[in-house]
Amino acid sequence: MRARVFVTLKPSVFDPQGTTVAEALHALGYAAVKDVRQGKYFELEIDAGSEDEVRRLAAEAADKLLANPVIESYRIEVS
Amino acid sequence: MKFAVVVFPGSNCDHDAYHAVTHVLGQDAAFVWHKDTSLKGADAVILPGGFAHGDYLRTGAIARFSPIMREVRRFAEAGGPVLGICNGFQVLLEAGLLPGAMLRNRSVAFQCEHVWVRVEQTDTPFTVACRQGQVLRIPIAHGEGNYYAEPDVVERLEKGRQVIFRYTTAAGEVTADANPNGSVGNIAGLCSERRNVVGLMPHPERACELPLGSADGLAILKSAVTSVAQGALAAAR
Repeated sequence: MRARVFVTLKPSVFDPQGTTVAEALHALGYAAVKDVRQGKYFELEIDAGSEDEVRRLAAEAADKLLANPVIESYRIEVS
Repeated sequence: MKFAVVVFPGSNCDHDAYHAVTHVLGQDAAFVWHKDTSLKGADAVILPGGFAHGDYLRTGAIARFSPIMREVRRFAEAGGPVLGICNGFQVLLEAGLLPGAMLRNRSVAFQCEHVWVRVEQTDTPFTVACRQGQVLRIPIAHGEGNYYAEPDVVERLEKGRQVIFRYTTAAGEVTADANPNGSVGNIAGLCSERRNVVGLMPHPERACELPLGSADGLAILKSAVTSVAQGALAAAR
């Protein structure tokens, strides 16, 4: 099964890269883009018995390595 | 005394640190590979600058799992002096040996320049040879040195006098313009609660000889020598 892990900076944390990307989009004329938050995306192929187990392992990986809990939060999708 | 300089794949200031403590300060030093499991009897440990593991994932995120880090943690927990410089500071943050995290610089640029750094506290093994309020001219070279911690953590750090270096003007004033990367509270360096683990973004090892533009960084490395010589490790405090 595949777990998709989306890691993003917490809303309270300033994102200099996202802000720069937003400014670039504005320079391209996309005035409608109000804000950009940049993050990371991981695809984990996980061999486990159930969807719950895949989700549990992906969350463990995110807690221990993929995300830094001081500045980031994450969301997991399993398929 | 003897320094251990830890070498991760991608470290690039390891030789600068080695040069500063041996050729300039006249101390003994040994390189320790990140897969080693011994600090070779060192009295102090330096985690040098660079790009450990290519900065993959996050700065310091992979280095924290290197086998030598178990020894570094043990050494730190026993009160031994540990200095993380730039990427070494980032490794200490990821390893949880110091609180907080690094964000991309506010400018989104790699900042490589001399800055002014004020010594806030002198009761650590890496500031004992400095004067309180002394303003040092030391270079920075980083893309991710924008120190961040939750407000309650920052408050705790300030209360515990754990902020030991701050970006200031040459006159020692804390201003927004003197802050090269956006760090909260102009924080350039921290120490642990026990005060023996120190991390800073500026590179003292690159400012140890006048022909290099400044010798102000020497006071930081010399502090370790003084501290070890006096047996005044922070463990006692």
